Amino acid sequence: MVTSAIWPALDYSRVPYLLYHDAEIYACEQERVFRGPVWSYLGLDCEIPQPGDFRATYIGETPVIFNRDKSGAIKAFVNRCAHRGALVRRELSGNADEHICIYHQWCYGLDGSLKSIPLRRGIRGKGGLDSSFEMRRHGLRPLRVGNINGAVFGTVSEDAEPLEDYLGPPILAQLRRLLDRPVRVLGYNRQRIRGNWKLYAENTRDNYHASLLHEFLVTFGLDRSTQTGGVKMDARHRHNITLAEADSDTAEFAHAAYAGAGVRNDFLSLKEPSLVTFRPERDDKLNLVVTSVFPSAVFVQISNSLAVRQIRPRGVDEVEVFQTMLGYEDDPPEMTLHRLRQTNLVGPAGLVSMEDGEAIEIAHRASAPDLDRTTVIELGGGGVISDRDYRVTDVPLRGFWSYYAELLGIEPEGAVR
Amino acid sequence: MKAERGAICDLLAEYGALIDTAKFDEWLGLFAEECRYQIVPRENFDRGLPAALVFCDSRAMLEDRIRALRKANKYNIHIDRHVIGLPRILDDGHTVEVPFAVYQTDCERETRLFATGLYRDRLEILGRRLKIRDKLILLDTFAVPTLLATPL
Repeated sequence: MVTSAIWPALDYSRVPYLLYHDAEIYACEQERVFRGPVWSYLGLDCEIPQPGDFRATYIGETPVIFNRDKSGAIKAFVNRCAHRGALVRRELSGNADEHICIYHQWCYGLDGSLKSIPLRRGIRGKGGLDSSFEMRRHGLRPLRVGNINGAVFGTVSEDAEPLEDYLGPPILAQLRRLLDRPVRVLGYNRQRIRGNWKLYAENTRDNYHASLLHEFLVTFGLDRSTQTGGVKMDARHRHNITLAEADSDTAEFAHAAYAGAGVRNDFLSLKEPSLVTFRPERDDKLNLVVTSVFPSAVFVQISNSLAVRQIRPRGVDEVEVFQTMLGYEDDPPEMTLHRLRQTNLVGPAGLVSMEDGEAIEIAHRASAPDLDRTTVIELGGGGVISDRDYRVTDVPLRGFWSYYAELLGIEPEGAVR
Repeated sequence: MKAERGAICDLLAEYGALIDTAKFDEWLGLFAEECRYQIVPRENFDRGLPAALVFCDSRAMLEDRIRALRKANKYNIHIDRHVIGLPRILDDGHTVEVPFAVYQTDCERETRLFATGLYRDRLEILGRRLKIRDKLILLDTFAVPTLLATPL
């Protein structure tokens, strides 16, 4: 079993490849991270507007349903029959008065409680369940549910702190900013990457890679590391916000900086410039905000494209990124069209995001054979984990690993937090 | 006006071959001056949701995609192989539905099924020549393996 001795450095600037590849560690994560004292993003209030509306999702690999009950409250539970462990709800979404497992037709209410069992008393007094069988003890495993401006979170843990405390003030403020008015779903996209889920969680916290891997950003003038920006974390450094402000550098300055760093920097223009045109929607100038919520949610604003990503691990060697594209309910048709055009920027075919799939796969593939070797996380320096007001940094990755180590019970004595 | 079946088949064969040989400029030449190209997962289409994986509602945007592919984007090294089925020509004579599969082979020559779905094409007839006016690619495959860079 892995222990705190696995860490070569107390500031988490070295991560052993083993942590991305070991099946035992992966199983431990399902228990201690995903079913541990964390809150996971489930979906949106607006996806289940009517009583009986439900959606299927996951926490880690555990299948989950969230639905709206007759009183209008959102309830969530593990999507697994108390009888034989089968998936109760097989559809991705729909509307129903109850959830019935097809295997033996055990029937559950919208609160997850077990309502009826066919042939419970057997036939002619023979067979069936014993009269001592207690229905109320065999409901679907309930989740605690929290809601931040329509973003629905759930946890299976009794020990998770209240959702607002778990997120902390900077993250909470950022979610309330993004969801400052009712949203509507423009659609979904999914990407299946042959790499460990933590490589994706790291990627969304890695400010350094953005303008280097995603050359479109610099080539077509959408985002550059020379812009004003930085990283901001919660007190425990498990979550992170990566920020940048529009028009906060000049093309000449950026050109000189990238050329000085030996980076290819053809500045080109698009035939259809609306693809990269930022239309400010609030008082701030932020045109890039990537908010990573430990362990598996990412709220994204890139220019005027808005999205929530859910990281769905699928075994130690594969992850699905499930992305929900958003607009605001009061967007005029022309603004919806602008957002639909900018959906080209993100997702599996995204002009500024497609590379992540390849980067994660090559990192996963090449690290597999040498499990005692490590990555290097030192952009912005090692040592203390703290907010930065510059962009060439990957310090939030160390925050992620610090909290991860705590949850797995492998935090070394004297380690930074 | 109705397009000839032979001409439609020729266009589809050309369409797949040009992508599979990475001749993207010639591939762009198969589209009309005013055109639309969209890749939409069925997860959205069946629910009436508009978001696409690729959404080009003008030729300019489609050209930008190809330019970005050449100048900026990095993607998995691979070759595509389009296997395009028989076209079903709708009553208007210029809308066709065609099933397709795309296989990808990586640089170690390992092949995997990348995507399956349906093309719904609206064609423009200019004399004996056909151009694509509107291409809607409905993806049966919800989850894109790795990433989607080269056109479907």
